[in-house]
Amino acid sequence: MTSATLLRRITDYAARADPYPLYAELRRTPVARQEDGVYAVSTYWEIAGLLHDPRLSSDPRNRVPTAGEEDILEEEQGLPPSFLRLDPPEHDRLRRLATRPFGPPDSLRRVSDMRGDLARMVSGLIDGLRDREQADIVEDFAYPFPVMVICNLLGVPHEDEGRFHVWAEAIVAGLDPGEEGEGPAERLRAAQRARMELGRYLAGLIEDRRRAPGGDMLSALAAGHGDRERMSPLELVVTAVLLLIAGHETTVNLITNGMLTLLRHPDALRRLREEPGLAVPLVEELLRYEPPVQLLPQRTALADIDVGGVTIPRGAPVWLVLASGNRDPRRFPDPDRFDPGRTGNEHLGFGGGIHYCFGAPLARLEAQVALTELARRLVEPRLVEDPPPYRRNPVLRGPRHLPVAFDGCVP
Amino acid sequence: MPAADGSAEEFRRRGHAVVVGASLAGLRAAETLREEGFAGTLTMIGDEPHEPYDRPPLSKQVLLGRTGAGDTLLPRRRALEARWLLGTAATGLDLAGRRVRLAGGEEVRYDRLLIATGTRARPWIKETEATLDGVLTLRTAGEAARLARRLDARPRRVLVIGAGFTGSEIASACRERGIDVTVAERGPAPLVGALGGVVGAVAAELHRAHGVDLRCGITVTALEGDQAGRLRCAHLSDGTVLEADVAVVALGAVRNTEWLAGSGLAAGPRGIACDAGCRAFDVHGIVTDDVFVAGDVARSPHPLFGYQFLSLEHWGNAVAQAEVAAHNMVSPGPERRPHLWLPAFWSAQFGVNIKSVGVPPMGRELAVVQGSLTERRFAAVYGHQGRVIAAVTFDHGRWLPFYGRLIESAAPFPPDFAQVDRAPGGPRPIPAEFPDPALPTHGPTVTLSGYAPSERRVTFVPARV
Amino acid sequence: MDLNRCEAYAQCAFQAPDVFAMHGEEALMYEPCPGDERREQVMRAAASCPVQAILVEWPGGPAVPEEAGTGARG
Ligand SMILES: Cc1cc2nc3c(=O)[nH]c(=O)nc-3n(C[C@H](O)[C@H](O)[C@H](O)COP(=O)(O)OP(=O)(O)OC[C@H]3O[C@@H](n4cnc5c(N)ncnc54)[C@H](O)[C@@H]3O)c2cc1C
Ligand code: HEM
Ligand code: SF4
Repeated sequence: MTSATLLRRITDYAARADPYPLYAELRRTPVARQEDGVYAVSTYWEIAGLLHDPRLSSDPRNRVPTAGEEDILEEEQGLPPSFLRLDPPEHDRLRRLATRPFGPPDSLRRVSDMRGDLARMVSGLIDGLRDREQADIVEDFAYPFPVMVICNLLGVPHEDEGRFHVWAEAIVAGLDPGEEGEGPAERLRAAQRARMELGRYLAGLIEDRRRAPGGDMLSALAAGHGDRERMSPLELVVTAVLLLIAGHETTVNLITNGMLTLLRHPDALRRLREEPGLAVPLVEELLRYEPPVQLLPQRTALADIDVGGVTIPRGAPVWLVLASGNRDPRRFPDPDRFDPGRTGNEHLGFGGGIHYCFGAPLARLEAQVALTELARRLVEPRLVEDPPPYRRNPVLRGPRHLPVAFDGCVP
Repeated sequence: MPAADGSAEEFRRRGHAVVVGASLAGLRAAETLREEGFAGTLTMIGDEPHEPYDRPPLSKQVLLGRTGAGDTLLPRRRALEARWLLGTAATGLDLAGRRVRLAGGEEVRYDRLLIATGTRARPWIKETEATLDGVLTLRTAGEAARLARRLDARPRRVLVIGAGFTGSEIASACRERGIDVTVAERGPAPLVGALGGVVGAVAAELHRAHGVDLRCGITVTALEGDQAGRLRCAHLSDGTVLEADVAVVALGAVRNTEWLAGSGLAAGPRGIACDAGCRAFDVHGIVTDDVFVAGDVARSPHPLFGYQFLSLEHWGNAVAQAEVAAHNMVSPGPERRPHLWLPAFWSAQFGVNIKSVGVPPMGRELAVVQGSLTERRFAAVYGHQGRVIAAVTFDHGRWLPFYGRLIESAAPFPPDFAQVDRAPGGPRPIPAEFPDPALPTHGPTVTLSGYAPSERRVTFVPARV
Repeated sequence: MDLNRCEAYAQCAFQAPDVFAMHGEEALMYEPCPGDERREQVMRAAASCPVQAILVEWPGGPAVPEEAGTGARG
């Protein structure tokens, strides 16, 4: 079967720079069974439907482990799953509690009030490029920025970045289902170790915040809301790990993909410089056109599900290929065109349904501020290498480095 | 070129379209006409003096004092280039002469007519009591402004007569503003007519948890005023006399069809009957080809629900039906579309988002499929003849599209599959407890499929037993 | 606002807190006719709504004189 090898070809590193032709091939069979029993869903309406389907579980404990995975899943009990990987009602309860210090209804303006801080961080980072002619957008900008933001938000000392950077990398690599390198099983094991260590580190911080609270989210989560329901200490640690990690690589990739796409579309770059308001629809279009989270490989069918003319059997692992749905011509006119002014852009970049990205408002703001300022301040920016070198991870896909040359910065 | 096509094309180019009822359905229909290339003359006739405005906020934001009653104008999708006759009621229709008579005596000729005259609030039965100062209804912006002013004046107690959606939302707004409120409902619980007794009991708890003095199984027998003609108290069927300075009559709606009396259209208290293509029927049951109907005033057959005529007083129905009606007004026969919208509505009350798809009152039984009634956070599906016919959610709206698809695909009831958040042992069907379980017709089961409106089609599948 | 489409993701309330507010967990309240000074906020909200439930009047507002009044109406 060609489709059997297709998903393998997609996760293969050779496809990283441009997986889109393979997604187009995948869409010929909207729901395609792979030889290892995985069902890959690649068309818009089918993915959107499944994101709202209560017969699909995000909980790894519902998975029928494949050979070699059993002991890993066993170990996973060390640190329980975060709400990203829980089903209702636990998911809803924990997400609700995590939302209290983050967004409406309880914290109406936390994110919008961060705009000024974000602008200052961005200015500072670009100021640092003033005397240079070339920069790596990843190392010099797109990585440090979101890390500063999430540290500020959570109340994690930025000086500790060096420590949790390593853990974060290992955790994110654990999402990589590809066969290359040390293989998925070993990566998963390493990810679990890293999660434990990061958890231990954050548990210490939370203890500090409980004693001496600040205005940050960890303090608020640790304090709870009076006698209303609250997280257990373990749930708190697990949630903190999730928040710290989830806002990491994803936003790095959004900003980096954004810069790359703008440099490939000089018209869009010019327009953004002239009308900064374009950043709003432009970031939505980026989330459609080059989504940082390309696919969701962690769902399990709890029942037989008829979709796209196929029955996904109960127990089967299901991959939702968001990046492919985003290019589905049945949903988006001219889907392979980057159109920064696109309207009615119901993209799948942040997922959908109850697991819709928790940090989306923050990620949007970060990307809007970052790209507007990069576009405005870098003089004559150009790509040094196209395509740039990519990271291995096919799930959280993005360039490892993005060398860009320019003729200085305007203030 | 066949005549029908020729006339549609001719109409599209230089015909005269007249829309009576300049509210949600009328506006959206007019916009769709232009969207679809209608280049002729467009006349909008509305008896309210305002530009088209949105009603749902009237019982929510407006009563909370967050939005002015005049500040709910509907956003426009596009420029219309229409002649607006606002503050002008249509008083008659000459079907053969294709003329609408206006209150001033003027007549407007049309080639194609859309009727979207909606409904008005059912007034208090006793006229003398209805005119007491302090007795109000809520349908229009003017009525909302009056009620909002009364609430601003901090009445000692508000009496809401009728605990349907509007009545419940009014009670909710009162409580949020710290105003004492009594709700008198004839049925056993709020919302029973729309959602049945099981969900109604949850709604009753919501009322009570928010401090509403809810009295069910009670009717208001009389409203009494003081010498100055101000409302003083209400007499209830259990003998109680309740002091209140404001009474809001929330007993449902009356369809605005009186102006069509004697016109020869099939119009009456239940609305104007039309086919699935929104064409009005005449009194002989023969479908017209130049008079279309949309919105709250329409009754039309729905293939998913045994071809029963449904009257849907839902915002979403007004929009969807208006779009179909307008499309069909400018399209030749083969390009016309049926109105196959899956009924859906929402209501916000007591901080809870209530949503529904399908036709709950057709359900004999319901099963809670997610969450729990006691937490007042759940999804429940309604069953009829072994298939899923409707679903209701309280703060579980994200799952609703899934249940909508179950309805469209005539999925078996009770749902027999494993899913997240499933009660131990699976969902147990219980009687939905509608006051009057109207038995719908038998017949083939129909399912909907397709996503784009133009792809919507009817597929017959054998009835499941 | 098409509140049938709305799935209470609250993205609009994050983007335009002066116009949109969550009322409880899932019920959305909004200002139907926010002033022009809120237009930018509203555009942000409309763009970020995952189900595109927010209709913003086209720029410039109605062209017909008797339909005075511009601005975004959510
Ligand atoms: C307070 C309130 C809250 C609501 N909340 C919700 C909700 O939360 N969810 C939901 O789904 N739905 C809700 N609805 C229902 C929704 O607003 C209606 O379904 C919708 O307004 C129907 O639109 P329409 O254009 O068909 O009718 P209408 O809005 O009733 O408009 C009809 C128009 O025609 C005019 N008219 C009548 N007769 C004549 C005549 N002879 N000549 C000229 N003009 C005439 C009327 O004055 C009116 O302006 C609510 C309604 C109200 C009143
Ligand atoms: C551009 C940046 C981002 C992208 C593309 C992105 C994408 C996604 C996607 C697709 C999901 C759905 C996962 C699933 O359904 O299984 C998700 C969930 C999540 N994201 Fe993001 N994300 C981004 C940034 C952030 C940030 C900055 C944070 C933290 C502040 C964050 C926190 C979360 C959390 C906590 C979840 C789990 C939500 C749940 O399960 O209910 N994300 N994200
Ligand atoms: S962003 Fe859209 S879906 Fe979310 S609450 Fe606002 S309108 Fe509803």
